[in-house]
Amino acid sequence: MSSLGGGQPGEGGLPAAAPEPVDAPDRVKVGVDEWVAEAEGRRAARSGLTGALVRVWERLPAPARLAILIGPFAIFPFITNEGNLYRYGLITIIYALLALGLNVVVGFAGLLDLGYVAFFGVGAYLYGIMASGHSGHHLQAEIAIPIVVISTALFGLLLGLTSWRLLGDYLAIVTLFFLQAFVIFVNNANGGLNDFSYPFVGKVDLTGGSNGLDQIDPLNFFGYHITTTKGYYFFTLISITLLMTMLYFVNGSRTGRAWRALREDPLAAEVMSVPVNRLKLLAFMFGAATAGFSGTIYGAVQSGAFPGDYDVGLLITIYAIVILGGLGSIGGVVIGALVVNGAPELLRSSSNARFLFYGVLLLALFIAMRPWYKPVVVLLGTIAFGFAVHGIASAVWSRGTAGHIEGGGQLGRALEHWVLLPRNTSSIAGWAYFALIVAALVLTLLRGWWRALALIPTLYLASFVWENKLVEQVSGATRLILLGGLLVVIMNVRPSGIFGTSRVEIA
Amino acid sequence: MNWSLFFGELVSGLTLGSIYALIALGYTMVYGILKLLNFAHGDVYMVGAFVGFFVLKWLGGPLAPAVTGWLAVAIMFTVAMLACGALGVGIERFAYRPLRNAPRIAPLISALGVSIFLQNSALLLWGPQFRDYDTFDLVGVKSYHIGTNFFISNVQILTISVSIGLTILLALVISRTRTGKAMRATSFDRDAAEMMGISIDRVISFTFFLGSALAAAGGIMFGLVFGQIFSLMGFTAGLKGFTAAVVGGIGSIPGAVLGGFLIGLTEAFATGYLPGGSVYANLYVFALLIVMFLIRPTGLLGSPVIQKV
Repeated sequence: MSSLGGGQPGEGGLPAAAPEPVDAPDRVKVGVDEWVAEAEGRRAARSGLTGALVRVWERLPAPARLAILIGPFAIFPFITNEGNLYRYGLITIIYALLALGLNVVVGFAGLLDLGYVAFFGVGAYLYGIMASGHSGHHLQAEIAIPIVVISTALFGLLLGLTSWRLLGDYLAIVTLFFLQAFVIFVNNANGGLNDFSYPFVGKVDLTGGSNGLDQIDPLNFFGYHITTTKGYYFFTLISITLLMTMLYFVNGSRTGRAWRALREDPLAAEVMSVPVNRLKLLAFMFGAATAGFSGTIYGAVQSGAFPGDYDVGLLITIYAIVILGGLGSIGGVVIGALVVNGAPELLRSSSNARFLFYGVLLLALFIAMRPWYKPVVVLLGTIAFGFAVHGIASAVWSRGTAGHIEGGGQLGRALEHWVLLPRNTSSIAGWAYFALIVAALVLTLLRGWWRALALIPTLYLASFVWENKLVEQVSGATRLILLGGLLVVIMNVRPSGIFGTSRVEIA
Repeated sequence: MNWSLFFGELVSGLTLGSIYALIALGYTMVYGILKLLNFAHGDVYMVGAFVGFFVLKWLGGPLAPAVTGWLAVAIMFTVAMLACGALGVGIERFAYRPLRNAPRIAPLISALGVSIFLQNSALLLWGPQFRDYDTFDLVGVKSYHIGTNFFISNVQILTISVSIGLTILLALVISRTRTGKAMRATSFDRDAAEMMGISIDRVISFTFFLGSALAAAGGIMFGLVFGQIFSLMGFTAGLKGFTAAVVGGIGSIPGAVLGGFLIGLTEAFATGYLPGGSVYANLYVFALLIVMFLIRPTGLLGSPVIQKV
């Protein structure tokens, strides 16, 4: 994955922070009001099709933008079946909802909260404790949801209190530790032998321990039970639409502007008498409440809460969504969720995964390389290289071509004549994986035609590793490897996220 | 009072603490120079443990090593420290260096990405199962006792003394050598150091090399003491290593060691004495971190930071 963007470290690696020297140096200087005022103009001056699209998008009124983002989601349930609606629709929206809350904490207020998904878990477990066959209580949702939202907000307040004393990185580790503490707690709080004995009540089975809390009730509003996927889907869709509208107004309000000031420079904001501490707490509480709310929905949808669901894997997924969508961008979150959740779901079947893998490679190749004939040369070169390697191997090393491709399919069968498939792959593929990482890193150091030339064997190596190793665990480790690599690549190539607008840095 | 329990927890706390101290040193050095929280550090520690394991396997396995047990251990330490040092330099070069002038949040997220990448690569290549170091067969664990209640094994003595030895070595490198002086200058004021002719990139690479090598040593010690390693061991250890660095005062070398032992002892005594300790020991460590932040955010030996715009 890290070979895709390639990275342009030579260009400073940070287009957002580097002022473009477009104007005459004697007229405009970075940080002067004039320069800041012209930031919009420079952004509008983006050329080509993307530039035109961005301009059209930015000229649209806010309700129209919301309709364009949400509209397809509203139509989706009518053109698909139950399973796809759950996997691609419902989970995507729940993730988007969750990411919206994180966007307030990280994107608006600039607080790196790595314990965020703990609140998601707190929401699911709290709802489970109040309404499930496991605990024996069956509270109505219209009572339970406000309780969950208020208590997660209070948890957020408590965790947020640490942000008064801590600078950015310290906060990150405290919150990450908080997540870890939460996971340990829910894994063990089953009233077992080693559990706490609480004052007044003694040992209680709160969370079901590592087996999870099962039989959570469906959401039940005034006696009306939401039981179908479609019902949950529309409930979540309406919630997210309301939340996005609300965030749109908050973003433009006094509080939103103060949050941005806090993000850009906490100390300067404080000096300008922005109530920094109160704003931090507010952001934390808002994020936590959103997470708690989406956790409730998730718990009800799954009719259970399981400790493994609320761990670092989910944290990375949500962070990838927010960062892909652009920190601080409200609409970007939805697109980010679509990409980050949709793509791995496609990865679940290995023949789909194959199309996605080669498709993304091709796309990245043609986007990242200019002029147009360069990627064509690389592509043809890689194909020829593969057939040559395969031909030589079948002559001298018969074991190397004896294996069969996983999943099959038309593309798969064609690939069997191109990519090496050793029969016993484990150790060879392990070394190849290692070699691929090194090759991808070396690639970022090369320039011009050298890079194109080196790309040919690297691409072949990538498909070798994919077919022999990565495809084995597409929904597990591979997914997280790709997400982790994606975070590093995006941070290095375009820190503002794919759909985020680059910030105006005042030097 | 049950002295046997007390001394047992004391020794295991010191052993754990010496491992945490080694991890904390890497955090504290990198933070001192780059002001960067290197999330991937815990995973470097895990990789170190695995490199040690594969070296052991390459030497013929713990049951029939090609060389005597202690020599095998020495080779494991050397290879793993060198390999992880190189890994650390690579991580810095590709994931952090391009972001050196970016907003603070960018390298943090990049570090998170590296951490997840390493952890899941290990999961992909080496699987989730435990790997045995088999210390009993490798070096023949012996237990010494003083009086009737105080027991300590030779592996525990090795761990504690190697950890202290490496720390002293590190302190000497930083205080006595030219490179160490360059590191201190860089930590004090990066721009000024660069103007005085210090190659910042080399100093930072060297810092990452040292820190990662120490983490690798910690990983092997974990394998020797507990006999088993696994691909997800880096995350929690990294958290505790960072906690140790913070509790001791980030940026301070003696602070990191002090913090490491404090965290190790807290964990051990919480396991032995506090309610629910056997499963919730980490929660007590977390509580210690929070208390520390509320009382003295700069840590035990840290100096207060003056914020500048």
